[in-house]
Amino acid sequence: MAVVRTLLYLVVYPGLLFLFLYSTFCEWFDRKVYARFQNRMGPTHTGRFGLLQPIADFVKLLSKEDVVPEAADKRLFAVLPIIGLAVVSTAGLLLPVWNFDLANPGWTSFSGDIIVMLYLLSLPTLILFLAAWSSTNLFSTIGGARVLTMLFGYEVPLFLAVLSPAILANSWRLAEIAAFYQRKPLLLLPNLLAFIIALIAVQAKLERTPFDIPHAETEIVGGTFTEYSGKKLALFRLTFDIELVVSSGLLAAVFLGGFPGGAVVGFIHFVVKTLFVIFLLCLLRALTSRIRVDQVISFAWKYLAPLAVLQLLAIILLKGFLP
Amino acid sequence: MSFQIPIGPQHPALKEPISLRMTVEGEVITGVDIRLGYNHRGLEKLAEDRNWTQNIYLVERICGICSHSHATCYVQGVEKLMELAPPKRGLYIRYLVSELERIHSHLLWLGVAGHEAGFDSFFMYVWRDREVVMDLLELITGNRVHYAINTLGGVRRDLDAGQIAKIRDGLVVLRKRSEYYFHIGANEPSFVARIAGVGYLSKEKAVALCAVGPTARASGWARDVRKEDPYAVYDEVDFDVATADSCDVLGRVVVRVKELLESYKICEQILDKLPPGDIAVKAPRKAKPGEVVSRYEAPRGENIHYIKSNGTDKPERLKVRAPTLGNYPATVEMLRKGFIADIPLIFAAIDPCICCAERSVTLIDAGSGEESVARMSDLRRRAIVRHENAPLKRNAVWPL
Repeated sequence: MAVVRTLLYLVVYPGLLFLFLYSTFCEWFDRKVYARFQNRMGPTHTGRFGLLQPIADFVKLLSKEDVVPEAADKRLFAVLPIIGLAVVSTAGLLLPVWNFDLANPGWTSFSGDIIVMLYLLSLPTLILFLAAWSSTNLFSTIGGARVLTMLFGYEVPLFLAVLSPAILANSWRLAEIAAFYQRKPLLLLPNLLAFIIALIAVQAKLERTPFDIPHAETEIVGGTFTEYSGKKLALFRLTFDIELVVSSGLLAAVFLGGFPGGAVVGFIHFVVKTLFVIFLLCLLRALTSRIRVDQVISFAWKYLAPLAVLQLLAIILLKGFLP
Repeated sequence: MSFQIPIGPQHPALKEPISLRMTVEGEVITGVDIRLGYNHRGLEKLAEDRNWTQNIYLVERICGICSHSHATCYVQGVEKLMELAPPKRGLYIRYLVSELERIHSHLLWLGVAGHEAGFDSFFMYVWRDREVVMDLLELITGNRVHYAINTLGGVRRDLDAGQIAKIRDGLVVLRKRSEYYFHIGANEPSFVARIAGVGYLSKEKAVALCAVGPTARASGWARDVRKEDPYAVYDEVDFDVATADSCDVLGRVVVRVKELLESYKICEQILDKLPPGDIAVKAPRKAKPGEVVSRYEAPRGENIHYIKSNGTDKPERLKVRAPTLGNYPATVEMLRKGFIADIPLIFAAIDPCICCAERSVTLIDAGSGEESVARMSDLRRRAIVRHENAPLKRNAVWPL
């Protein structure tokens, strides 16, 4: 019985199937909102309101010809998209939506899971770099170099920003952090600055405008994905969609008070809050133009990192004053 | 590590084929090499086989964006050869379409600049509002792209009061929107960070490398054929030559938006002063022997047509110097020491129209990769030789 339960957990809910469906929904939401910001319609045709468009795109990509470059490291090239997908899906299991029970820490909710989550969310970046490097294309190589360069910019501010509410809540477990802020919602306010910093850093992590530098099509064609096609590209796109869901879920859990109220109400909280975060990310995407990679680094270290440190100091001081 | 990246002939930033070979050191460009010759269509040769009137529609197809510029430049020249004086009303309508075309071209460019910088919202909004001027052009001429309104000795369609009122309404909308885009283009921090100080071209360099159009004007060099050598109606309307002295892509954005505002002014004056009367006079079938150089300020800069007549109903020679060609040397200068990320912006900032500028073919030996440039006459000679030596073909299977 336990085996069946675990299998269901991994494959159906909240595992692959659910993450797949919800991430395609989020992609639809993102595309639709982005389109409406730009005075366009967005997806309308496939399914009601175009809801099935991301799934249709995925299926279509699966059926496309899958070309592997002659000079590429074939095994690495093929296995990277699968590892990427596995990593972000694993990160998805750690969200405190499906294990809200504070008393029973399990293998998906334990002290320190916030660190594991951040670590798992950093891995796709490295996978992208390896993918770019192993495809040996010039544009990919430049894209890969840009992926790593950007990593040095946004990663530190993101970690600092996400850790400051954890420090205030005095816990390294996502469910406990969320529960702390559910008890004292007013304490979410001091973390506002960290929320903004984390939003910008997540935008950079997801490589969306203004940080879509590694695959800036007008500069370096497909960038990291230049040589990827067919199934592998579809998996990479799904990886990014799931990463979008997981990172917005992380931000919602840490900065927006988590998902209180048991399985059903908590799930509604999850949907509303992740969509809110995605909406903000989408707004940022619609309002800015792509910046240069050197500008990302200087922006991150001149503004984001100092502000994140400031936030951390403020939180530590605040913690001293709290009873 | 230094390596060469090929931008083009097929690249998402380029809508037309050209090859920019960039030698880069990390992200910094150290060497630039521009290769042309992917889009040669033999238009000048074709023009020699068509009569004066047919050629209007041929030269109109040199470019899809500044089609009216080429047609007008050609028609101006031929009218000078034929000693025709088109009626005032005809000229006013012709140059009204010219200015509307400038508006549509600059709006198009503004959107493309946004897209190249990854600012897609800007792109979508500008192109939405560009539809206003496209509709006006369709209203006046019946077509959105190849207006075909020019004819030798005037224009082919008249304006009525209803059309004039609609154009005025459209101009009000466009002016308001352009002022907004001016504000966005010069103030949105992430966009300005991408374009300010990028693609520097000093005034001395602009003069030395013969830059034309907005590229030259953004370097503080107030060159505009409409002002220097006012043709047709331009000495009767009041406008300023827009310049900027920042010498970078931001300057080129500013110049183009200012030009938009000047164009609205010109359009309104043309509509105010539109004289009554005929719109065209009848043109003779043949032109007297002679040659003429016609200059025209296209949206992208100075467009030059050289036309030679031998007294028949066909030109003996038509030579087109499109503004993009004049800007290539300056582009090489601008790209040097830039970042890879700046390539599409800098190149797009000259508003390149590659099909306008292609006049020769580069032949590349598929085996050895050796390159050679061939002229039309040379290609013709080779074709004749090949044809004479070729065996008779029956049921030939064409190699794909």
